[in-house]
Amino acid sequence: MTMKVLVPVKRVVDYNVKVRVAADGSGVETQGVKMSMNPFDEIAIEEAVRLREKGAATEVVAVSIGVQASQDTLRTALAMGADRAILIRTNETLEPLAVAGLLKIIVEREAPGLVCMGKQAIDDDMNATGQILAAKLGWPQGTFASAVTIADGRAEIAREIDGGTEVISLALPAVVTADLRLNEPRYASLPNIMKARKKPLETLDAADLGVDLAPRLTIVSVAEPAERKEGVKLNSAAELVEKLKTEAKVI
Amino acid sequence: MTALVLLEIEHGEVRQASRSAVAAASRFGDVDVIVLGEGAEAAARLPGVRNVLSAASLTHDLAEPAAALLAAHTSGYSHVVAAASAGGKNILPRLAGLLDVQPIPEVVEIKDENTFVRPIYAGNALATVRSSDTIKVLTIRGSSFDPVSKEGGSATIQTLNAPATEDFSRFVRVELSKSDRPELESARVVVSGGKGMKDAEHFKLLEPLADKLGAAIGASRAAVDSGFAPNEMQVGQTGKIVAPELYIALGLSGAIQHLAGMKDSRVIVAINMDPEAPIFRVADYGIVGDLFTILPELEKAL
Ligand SMILES: Cc1cc2nc3c(=O)[nH]c(=O)nc-3n(C[C@H](O)[C@H](O)[C@H](O)COP(=O)(O)OP(=O)(O)OC[C@H]3O[C@@H](n4cnc5c(N)ncnc54)[C@H](O)[C@@H]3O)c2cc1C
Ligand SMILES: Nc1ncnc2c1ncn2[C@@H]1O[C@H](COP(=O)(O)O)[C@@H](O)[C@H]1O
Repeated sequence: MTMKVLVPVKRVVDYNVKVRVAADGSGVETQGVKMSMNPFDEIAIEEAVRLREKGAATEVVAVSIGVQASQDTLRTALAMGADRAILIRTNETLEPLAVAGLLKIIVEREAPGLVCMGKQAIDDDMNATGQILAAKLGWPQGTFASAVTIADGRAEIAREIDGGTEVISLALPAVVTADLRLNEPRYASLPNIMKARKKPLETLDAADLGVDLAPRLTIVSVAEPAERKEGVKLNSAAELVEKLKTEAKVI
Repeated sequence: MTALVLLEIEHGEVRQASRSAVAAASRFGDVDVIVLGEGAEAAARLPGVRNVLSAASLTHDLAEPAAALLAAHTSGYSHVVAAASAGGKNILPRLAGLLDVQPIPEVVEIKDENTFVRPIYAGNALATVRSSDTIKVLTIRGSSFDPVSKEGGSATIQTLNAPATEDFSRFVRVELSKSDRPELESARVVVSGGKGMKDAEHFKLLEPLADKLGAAIGASRAAVDSGFAPNEMQVGQTGKIVAPELYIALGLSGAIQHLAGMKDSRVIVAINMDPEAPIFRVADYGIVGDLFTILPELEKAL
């Protein structure tokens, strides 16, 4: 049995960077800022590679939608163990709806048994693309996954929910979105980084895929959140309780 | 304009975050609500609700039948709203996919019926966005909208025939942690521990303090990953978003991703031995020192 896993990976501002809002309020400063693979997508790649290593999957294909430099993100995915990669090039910032539309075309072409992706991109914090893609494909979805087991044509998914953990069982093909505790992604070793350079990376143009990419949301403005005012350091617990009672009046 | 709100029921009551969603939706006009599973009566008692759509036969909130059911009942509605809870974030984007609209997640402010404010980059920026979709599908942050009360309304109840759940997605089991403490998102006081709590045994030291304050207990990702606390206690960008009257952070550095979940608390207290810890930058009151000495003193002083 062959099973391909498709893993969408996004190039985002590195999670360690505290972004700054652009002076003209049109967005955030990305000039000269460190870019990395979205952390949840690293987890998704890791999961896909582990499924292949366990024999539950046969091929891992990484796909990224974005500017030419998203190639670097795909090379990272390849160095982590993906077998090949597809770049869908665009200079536009696309919304989850459009990204899902493009991914649907790739899914139809590649016919994966599983799409394993991040639950959330840490730039737009949308937490939506996987669900939209699943809807468009008419596939079941396992969001916020903290464990994935493949057996007998189904995927059993443990999901992080508000009150604890839920387990569901999905018929394949399905879409799974990774939460933080699904696994701990490996570092790409130097030899694997070298090997990744030779793995196939195909480039397509988003505009050629016949998908409506027009945004449905217009950004009116982007602003800094209100700063909290400088607090005070206290010397003892007794002093703290006193302040909480008389100054802050919260207890 | 009329809004349809997807409610979540817990222990026979409408969850607070869902009541916040009703409050937010009332900004758009009349409000109907939809309940999956039991709970239509509790929903009908919410003030300001016109009509309850009750799909009692859907016993688990699996996204596939839930989104399909919603999609079949959106005609006549300008907005579909839910809390940005695990449930809302699972179902509403799928609905948006079925309707071919772009969802608007984690709304913290409604400017007008088309224009919404939502945090991006872990709350380091606030984007104001205007939607051109004919139906707006949005999730709202409970902490940003005061909930409607539980009682006062008398809505009509209309029974929906839910689609048969297909075998392609099946509920297997759920493990809910039991706790007598207030819910994290609605607690007036939250006591949170980080990696500095050292281990699961020491993490329990937060309990007497929480008891004294009637507080919920939260945790950082590092504390959860290290097994000090269960995942549903995580506060942050990818955990719960809280904005209590008082948030006390112990042994927690205050990474961007953690701050994303608590920096709108009214009063923040930080106890950390590292004076440079970023948590002090958002704290109203800070104590630099060993939490294992300060914690018992604090309990005694209360
Ligand atoms: C995509 C992504 C999403 C994330 N989402 C979240 C999220 O939702 N929530 C979250 O919390 N994190 C999240 N993180 C993780 C985050 O980046 C930090 O790693 C995490 O918050 C650190 O937890 P901590 O503060 O407990 O641990 P540390 O950073 O290790 O801090 C421990 C602190 O304890 C102090 N300390 C140690 N011993 C003592 C003592 N005896 N007395 C007093 N102080 C002491 C230390 O000085 C230190 O400041 C996310 C990360 C990523 C990449
Ligand atoms: N431009 C993109 N290219 C590839 N994958 C993407 C892109 N945007 C979003 N995704 C995938 O969708 C997930 C959720 O993103 P979002 O819905 O934007 O929060 C990410 O973790 C990725 O797996």
